Amino acid sequence: MQGTAKALPGAAHGPKVRARRESGLSIPTLWVTAAWRPRKERGSQPGTPGSEGGSGALSGKSFNSSRKGVPGGTGLGSRTQGGWGPGPGRVLLQVQAPGRGRGPRAGPAWEPGLRPLHPPALGSHARPLGYAQAPPRQIRLRSVPPPPARVYLPCRRRRSRRCWTRRPAPSHRPAARDWLSAVQSEGPERGRAFPAGAPEAGAPGCACAVRAAGLVPAELRSWAVVGQAWSVGSGSAAATGWGAACRMPEIRVTPLGAGQDVGRSCILVSIGGKNVMLDCGMHMGFNDDRRFPDFSYITRNGRLTDFLDCVIISHFHLDHCGALPYFSEMVGYDGPIYMTHPTQAICPILLEDYRKIAVDKKGEANFFTSQMIKDCMKKVVAVHLHQTVQVDDELEIKAYYAGHVLGAAMFQIKVGSESVVYTGDYNMTPDRHLGAAWIDKCRPNLLITESTYATTIRDSKRCRERDFLKKVHETVERGGKVLIPVFALGRAQELCILLETFWERVNLKAPIYFSTGLTEKANHYYKLFITWTNQKIRKTFVQRNMFEFKHIKAFDRAFADNPGPMVVFATPGMLHAGQSLQIFRKWAGNEKNMVIMPGYCVQGTVGHKILSGQRKLEMEGRQVLEVKMQVEYMSFSAHADAKGIMQLVGQAEPESVLLVHGEAKKMEFLKQKIEQEFRVNCYMPANGETVTLPTSPSIPVGISLGLLKREMAQGLLPSAKKPRLLHGTLIMKDSSFQLVSSEQALKELGLAEHQLRFTCRVHLHDSRKEQETAARVYSHLKSVLKDHCVQHLPDGSVTVESILIQAAAHSEDPGTKVLLVSWTYQDEELGSYLTSLLKKGLPQAPS
Amino acid sequence: MKLYCLSGHPTLPCNVLKFKSTTIMLDCGLDMTSTLNFLPLPLVQSPRLSNLPGWSLKDGNAFLDKTELIDLSTVDVILISNYHCMMALPYITEHTGFTGTVYATEPTVQIGRLLMEELVNFIERVPKAQSASLWKNKDIQRLLPSPLKDAVEVSTWRRCYTMQEVNSALSKIQLVGYSQKIELFGAVQVTPLSSGYALGSSNWIIQSHYEKVSYVSGSSLLTTHPQPMDQASLKNSDVLVLTGLTQIPTANPDGMVGEFCSNLALTVRNGGNVLVPCYPSGVIYDLLECLYQYIDSAGLSNIPFYFISPVANSSLEFSQIFAEWLCHNKQTKVYLPEPPFPHAELIQTNKLRHYPSIHGDFSNDFRQPCVVFTGHPSLRFGDVVHFMELWGKSSLNTVIFTEPDFSYLEALAPYQPLAMKCIYCPIDTRLNFIQVSKLLKEVQPLHVVCPEQYTQPPPAQSHRMDLMIDCQPPAMSYRRAEVLALPFKRLFEKIEIMPELADSLVPMEIKPGISLATVSAVLHTKDNKHVLQPPPRPAPPTSGKKRKRASEDIPDCKVLKPLLSGSIPVEQFVQTLEKHGFSDVKVEDTAKGHIVLLQEAETLIQIEEDSTHIICDNDEMLRVRLRDLVLKFLQKF
Repeated sequence: MQGTAKALPGAAHGPKVRARRESGLSIPTLWVTAAWRPRKERGSQPGTPGSEGGSGALSGKSFNSSRKGVPGGTGLGSRTQGGWGPGPGRVLLQVQAPGRGRGPRAGPAWEPGLRPLHPPALGSHARPLGYAQAPPRQIRLRSVPPPPARVYLPCRRRRSRRCWTRRPAPSHRPAARDWLSAVQSEGPERGRAFPAGAPEAGAPGCACAVRAAGLVPAELRSWAVVGQAWSVGSGSAAATGWGAACRMPEIRVTPLGAGQDVGRSCILVSIGGKNVMLDCGMHMGFNDDRRFPDFSYITRNGRLTDFLDCVIISHFHLDHCGALPYFSEMVGYDGPIYMTHPTQAICPILLEDYRKIAVDKKGEANFFTSQMIKDCMKKVVAVHLHQTVQVDDELEIKAYYAGHVLGAAMFQIKVGSESVVYTGDYNMTPDRHLGAAWIDKCRPNLLITESTYATTIRDSKRCRERDFLKKVHETVERGGKVLIPVFALGRAQELCILLETFWERVNLKAPIYFSTGLTEKANHYYKLFITWTNQKIRKTFVQRNMFEFKHIKAFDRAFADNPGPMVVFATPGMLHAGQSLQIFRKWAGNEKNMVIMPGYCVQGTVGHKILSGQRKLEMEGRQVLEVKMQVEYMSFSAHADAKGIMQLVGQAEPESVLLVHGEAKKMEFLKQKIEQEFRVNCYMPANGETVTLPTSPSIPVGISLGLLKREMAQGLLPSAKKPRLLHGTLIMKDSSFQLVSSEQALKELGLAEHQLRFTCRVHLHDSRKEQETAARVYSHLKSVLKDHCVQHLPDGSVTVESILIQAAAHSEDPGTKVLLVSWTYQDEELGSYLTSLLKKGLPQAPS
Repeated sequence: MKLYCLSGHPTLPCNVLKFKSTTIMLDCGLDMTSTLNFLPLPLVQSPRLSNLPGWSLKDGNAFLDKTELIDLSTVDVILISNYHCMMALPYITEHTGFTGTVYATEPTVQIGRLLMEELVNFIERVPKAQSASLWKNKDIQRLLPSPLKDAVEVSTWRRCYTMQEVNSALSKIQLVGYSQKIELFGAVQVTPLSSGYALGSSNWIIQSHYEKVSYVSGSSLLTTHPQPMDQASLKNSDVLVLTGLTQIPTANPDGMVGEFCSNLALTVRNGGNVLVPCYPSGVIYDLLECLYQYIDSAGLSNIPFYFISPVANSSLEFSQIFAEWLCHNKQTKVYLPEPPFPHAELIQTNKLRHYPSIHGDFSNDFRQPCVVFTGHPSLRFGDVVHFMELWGKSSLNTVIFTEPDFSYLEALAPYQPLAMKCIYCPIDTRLNFIQVSKLLKEVQPLHVVCPEQYTQPPPAQSHRMDLMIDCQPPAMSYRRAEVLALPFKRLFEKIEIMPELADSLVPMEIKPGISLATVSAVLHTKDNKHVLQPPPRPAPPTSGKKRKRASEDIPDCKVLKPLLSGSIPVEQFVQTLEKHGFSDVKVEDTAKGHIVLLQEAETLIQIEEDSTHIICDNDEMLRVRLRDLVLKFLQKF
């Protein structure tokens, strides 16, 4: 598997055929995408044609070697050792367990019986190669990414959006090819092989150099310049090497978590040669390895920092940031992590809370430590709303208000003219403490949106609130206890405000408790970050801070056994651990009591089980807990419902939509709806599946103001019938692109114009004098060419526009006149038309 | 590219920039120094004040420094750099036909609102029976007593706005965040940057794709409570407009704070009261923080601090919620979570108390000796007038001036003779000239534009050559009511080439590293964005009779022939001709070049250094063949 494998005969065939289809010319290996070249090869100087061809060929080989790893080509393969390392031809096959997998992890992790020989270590770089010895498993054909040795097609053929994941792959094609290898071979090259401005590598003229070398048929070459122009135009000199020149603009998205699933949000986006990780969450439903995304997908033996340009965290919920310390400190990532100020403030507290439950209560070893959380937070860069953060010269991100929890944000990721918007979790209806999500009409290439409530259209908030209050009131009236499992920040505050005002209005005496710990702190955060709450709270906070509660007191564990009615808010919200679960176990046996689940519960949690109607729960230590208390579900989750999602899609006007953070079945429904209503493609990749979107960004160049103004002066709106053409010369010099008038181009290059003139002799039978002949020619042309400026000059010559016609006597035949028609190359069309017109002779002169 | 200068006050600027067909107003400061010409507005009727000779009792006027240089209704946007520089906003947005948008950061708007509210409140709570305006007539003004007689531009002095006007003006503001890129009509992009002077204060970058103007107004390099100044983004500016430098270049803010504390402690220890005339926001936060650290060591823990302003409570509350706009230290405190400013603790421990005015609760709680922070710093209106009257007669008391906006001697004039001590320790954290030259060295703009006051030493210290801007090339200066043409010429504009069109371009290398491609495309312009699209396919050529129509119908749309360049080597040309079947080629030398004769075809080709002339019979086939052969030797543009 080390690149020494020989190419299978058919391997190079595929691309060739495709190229022929496009161009009718055979295609040199050069056209193999740079992204597929192993790193070492790409480091070589792109200057000489030989090395180019060579590396291309090598990449073909390296790919082919991977085919050998597929026994019999029947779609069975094993995860091989190594990974896509620096050596040429090391290929990692991505293997999926049969059926619908949850992640890119190798199969054994999903099947209890099939654990790898060595338990995987937490750091992926330290992961033993035990996977190689695991029995071969079915390769999932569905996730076939682009065929490896891909030939880039000329842009015009690529306009249609394609989703590689949806394409059924021929069975002989080696299926496993993942984001990893593409990223690996592309990622580090940015910084290393082609340092910014390095003349030998970054020479923007290299496409031209290759062209000059006559390697590539001109017709096909043009896009190479386009590719180059694109990367140059988007502002970086670093990406102007051959890799960039050959890179076809595309956006790749691979969810490592939250693909057709809720929990463990982690989405890899590759845009304009930049790799961004969106969210880094944990899964509430698992307690083993599966709770964190499999970062070994990104790289197995390199530093993550080399493969990721930045990490963006949308909000502080653990299913969006829970894996962050593990990712940055244990796997190893030193690049920037972006989040909003409130998220930065609250995130470490929730992480610490999570750590405590995992380590202190469950006694887990090898978990991240408090110090790791601190170190991780040092890598965080806080962003303001709407601030455009320049991650590097090319990559910029911008946060929009998402309204889901305090500090929740949607992020726009932009490279050049390509952009992706990631919504994180959001809420399109303002609630009692937060505002509604908002985004401008930014028209991204891709909108990655959550779809938790893909099929639900919720009734008005007011009704839900009334229901909630009624249920709480009734239970309290009959002396029951109400348990409301919540997360310390977010819904809790909204419900507290709701109950507080209700208690005040109805004058209830039953105590309301909030489980200790985060309560006061949490409310304090809301006070200090009041600018992130809704309009009403912001306006009135000077007079009365809504987050100072009179009726709500801190909870003590002993209170749970107190007689009489009470309402308790307890954490966490899905009843999967901690205080809420403890109280639940105490109260579950009494039918007078009630538990109200105000939000979504992830599969596997106690919350999910009781909501799905389970009344007998198996607890730790084989105990069975019978649930007699009433179980109510009130959707207070601040997620957008189907209507809200559609509304956001309408607001942003994306070119395509990708759904994450939802259940597959519901997604399917929403996908159809989006495709119908907005006529855009909609994708819903599972974990580990890659969606590739070709983009066709336009190329920014500088136009000389003189040329532009000359054009603009001719009228503002081009009419459909008579479009006006702008003519100019594009000068490509170093990394600058300038469009100037042809005259100016000549002048700038210090060249003289070469005038090419034609003079044709047209013989006419006409015995009259030359002047009269000229006059007849004049009147004839005047009558025929109504749209043109025909003039009869005093010296007897006739001009049509700039074409000169002179009549002369024939030296031998007095009955024949010779018309000399003279024009320059620029007027060729008209000149040649005139000669043919005059050749037909003049109409008989009116007598 | 022109700069209209509407204000003569360098720290309260008001400039209008015309750039790429947009009209951008940079700040609209309200120069209130003219209030010093008026008598104080007492809260309690004071016979002494109204009987003072030489002072006319023309109260309730606030003053605007504007000229008719420009029609304000044509202003597209107003960029606000800090809350002091937006005080004239209602005058501009409300009575001029202004229809544009105002951009400012959230703290700027909130605190600006507080300042305006306070101003309106100060003026409105002492309503006066009549208001005179006829005196503004030039003929009458001449007859008035001296300060008014000599005042210039009296006609531009206006009455103070009302709360309604304030609200209406503020509703036209759009909130922005630092580093947010705001597109104006697709032509210009403006971006606010942190300027480090006050909560939410910003410098602005106004740029197109090829030009960049930086507007630096009221910046600070000192570490106080706001987010530090963003200098890096100011780099590569074509023009840097520099206003709002420190008004007291000789005073060191740190030293002044020390002096402030020691004087305060001294007075209080001697049983006197301290009066600090100040604005309700800004330096007061820093002063309170200093005092917080100082009071225990100075043994002042029993002395009450009073903060009296109609907006005192709001100001203190608002200061705590702008965590994102604060310096790093304060941000970390919020993350704990703790209030970023220690005055929260002062309030909790009852050391600092705030009141909307001297009426009401304050009179019950009032205890002497004490320290009072109150406005307005001009000593002409607000609660400060009352305290001046109350404490002025005792030499135990001290008034400490910290705001640099008004000359303290003039401010005190109507209260003379005064027994109380006057300490002047102005705290102005804005850039001083040393910092400016450091900044300019780092940022390196091509041109610097600044008010004329900054290009010469202050009149009082004319020998201090260090108190002026020193840069290369010398700064361009402006004065009030002047129009300045900014020294750069736009040469290029951004245009986008559609990928389909780019696809069809075939570049050729002319010189090493320089390639050319001819472009023929349709120009689409929308919202000031230019896009080149591929030309529409020519209509399918129709034959026969219609040919003429077809070719005449769309002459504009034909691919225009490119210009040619290069020269034709005769020998090779002849060889090529022979290769292509012209057997009887004869070459004659002429003075300028050669003549190639094709006898059989009766054709003559004149070849010169930069021109070629083909003279032939009317034989289109032949002509086209010859043309193609000639073109082989030439480069097209």
